[in-house]
Amino acid sequence: MKKIIYSINHFFQKLSRILTQNKILYIEGHTIKMFNRNISPRLFKILFTLFITLLIYFFLFIFGTASLFFVLRRSIYIIVPLILVAFGGLYSERSGIVNIALEGMMVFGAFIGIMFMVKFQDSSLNNQIVYLIGILLAGIAGMLFSLIHAFASINMKANQIISGTALNLLAPAFALFVIKLMYGGEDILFRDDYFVRDMGFLTKIPVLGPILFEKGYYSTFYTIVIIIIAGIFLYKTRIGLRLRACGEHPHAADAAGIKVSKMRYLGVMISGLLAGIGGLLLVVPLDVAYRATASGYGFLALAVLISGQWKPTRIVVVAIFFGFMLNLSGAYLSIGFLRDAGLPDKVYSMIPFILTLIVLAFTSKTSQAPRAAGEPYDPGKR
Amino acid sequence: MMKKLISILKNFILNIPNTLIKPFTKIGFLASLFAIISGILVGFLIMLVVNTPYAGGGLMTIFFGGFNKGLTSIGDVLIYAAPLLLAGLSVGFAFKTGLFNIGVSGQMAFGAFLAIFVGVKWTFLGDFHWIVAVLAAIIGGALWGLIPGLLKALFNVHEVVSTIMMNWIGVYGAFVAYKAAGLVGSTTQNAQKVARSGALPAWGLDSIFNSNTINNGIILAIIAAILIHIILNKTTFGFELKAVGLNKDSAKYAGINSKRNIILSMVIAGALSGLAAATLYLNVTGETYKIETYPIEQGFEGIAVALLAYSGPLPIIASSIFFAWLKVGGDQLSGWGYDPNIIGVIISAIVYFSALGFIFKKVVKKIFKKHFGGEII
Repeated sequence: MKKIIYSINHFFQKLSRILTQNKILYIEGHTIKMFNRNISPRLFKILFTLFITLLIYFFLFIFGTASLFFVLRRSIYIIVPLILVAFGGLYSERSGIVNIALEGMMVFGAFIGIMFMVKFQDSSLNNQIVYLIGILLAGIAGMLFSLIHAFASINMKANQIISGTALNLLAPAFALFVIKLMYGGEDILFRDDYFVRDMGFLTKIPVLGPILFEKGYYSTFYTIVIIIIAGIFLYKTRIGLRLRACGEHPHAADAAGIKVSKMRYLGVMISGLLAGIGGLLLVVPLDVAYRATASGYGFLALAVLISGQWKPTRIVVVAIFFGFMLNLSGAYLSIGFLRDAGLPDKVYSMIPFILTLIVLAFTSKTSQAPRAAGEPYDPGKR
Repeated sequence: MMKKLISILKNFILNIPNTLIKPFTKIGFLASLFAIISGILVGFLIMLVVNTPYAGGGLMTIFFGGFNKGLTSIGDVLIYAAPLLLAGLSVGFAFKTGLFNIGVSGQMAFGAFLAIFVGVKWTFLGDFHWIVAVLAAIIGGALWGLIPGLLKALFNVHEVVSTIMMNWIGVYGAFVAYKAAGLVGSTTQNAQKVARSGALPAWGLDSIFNSNTINNGIILAIIAAILIHIILNKTTFGFELKAVGLNKDSAKYAGINSKRNIILSMVIAGALSGLAAATLYLNVTGETYKIETYPIEQGFEGIAVALLAYSGPLPIIASSIFFAWLKVGGDQLSGWGYDPNIIGVIISAIVYFSALGFIFKKVVKKIFKKHFGGEII
């Protein structure tokens, strides 16, 4: 009990610190300030109560008519790959290579993974093992594919946006070409044998267990592990520090004896790995056929990365918000007051994009992009 | 003002032969040629691997498919080329001013909506109907471009993200808008066709190319390209735009209002995208606007068009016609047992190799210096 109270206290401390540091809401002397503007305590009280009431109403409405868990569970299918791919982008951009080819890497990774899984879905192998190998293959495929981008932007000092665009065009065209050749159609049909109702001890975790691990995929668990490792690797290890140094000031990193091109290769390859896996994880729960597209999720991950200001924790928060909102278009029918509003369903599909624009308008004033991202490293330049 | 404009135009017309020849002697042209040849080589290699005996025939089809029905095929190429040209111009113009406009699809979508709305409903306009429809498309595209421009100038929002968001808002907004305006066509996935008076006229091109789908879109597109060329290279305004693109801070130091210029260049890029939508959808017999959950693909092909031409407005004319020509040839590839998607592979390879243009230029310069002892520009 003591522990819970302590952690709640810790959470609020952290929240107030974030609000203060970003100048969203903080106290200076005797006045309360919001976005650098004074507001009277009375107005603040009104706003605060309004906000809390709205929040409570929102959750009550969801609870009142349908299971909150159902809505959350569906959004997990989107949130998990989104975080993974955005982390991929993070690795690449932190090492100094702008990667708008995330979409292409997702398409390519999913393509190889699905081909393998379709081939072995009727064999005697255990489904979950097939899925795991499929995920690994998708990652490796994404990594190999990303080498094309790495070669152009590191060795050839090419414009990284052009080379990224080329990969985005190449992946779907190549995948469609091969699909037509091997399967005769426009898509690869697959059976979703990888869904599990219960994941043993994982489901028993309070609150998070039923959301993440009940009626889901083992991939959710793998991904959470990968995300944690990726975050720690980038921020707590020596290689991670070196990689970030190459994205901020490659000349200084070079002078300190770090091989810039090696680090950048590492960054791009990890980004391909994560994006490839993310591509597969997105197709399996949401579709019955692979159609050689990632439905724009690679670009969405890029948006998540930028609105997350190239920081892992913020990326996770933004991705959760984004995934939840994206899922509204699929889930609004089970949320009472949204169903009664009678709006066309595509309005809910638009909301996350509009909200992102508004959020970005408030948070982008001081952009914290890696300083050297997008510039080819030229040792002779001062 | 008027005098200045006339002198600019006069100079430009006198310089046309020069400007037409000059690009071909430049190293940029060589780099593009290198990219094209390498890209087609990649496609040829894939065809060789897939089905060796037919690879030669396939390659010939890619090259000459754009001619095989004579002038009609050339007309088809031009029909394809017009929206590609304008989309490429939009991307290229934004590139020159330091912005990356991936939002051509969204700008086209909103432009298309306004154009189709005017084209279907405002039949009372008579002879001016198509002109008003084109203007509506331009205004729609410009408005859709204005939002990312404002966000970039005032709130420092990265234009890549905001234009992508605008694309998706356009995609889903179309479902709502077409239904609300009563413009859904025979199926729920198609918009209505515009009235005959709202469609772009052919201006005699139909009899030249013996085709009933061609319209004046390609002429409008080429006029737009020349206009953009003049704006960028011959006016103070264009100079300021490029200066902001090269270095925002030093432009500001030189007294240029960079915020205004960012907004204006996004608006112009959007307007060009809107015009692209007009050339694509303002017709009676050609392409129909599809209400589906994916952005308009011409918007993304425009990026490839601009990149191959290194964003030059006049080279974009050539590169868009080249891509359209590949597309027309590629559509006939299934006769040889190859999937037309190979054209997509070739286009992406061309874009990739044009990204390597930097290293190509360096190597060529070195060789040139060694053997001829001179500089090549």
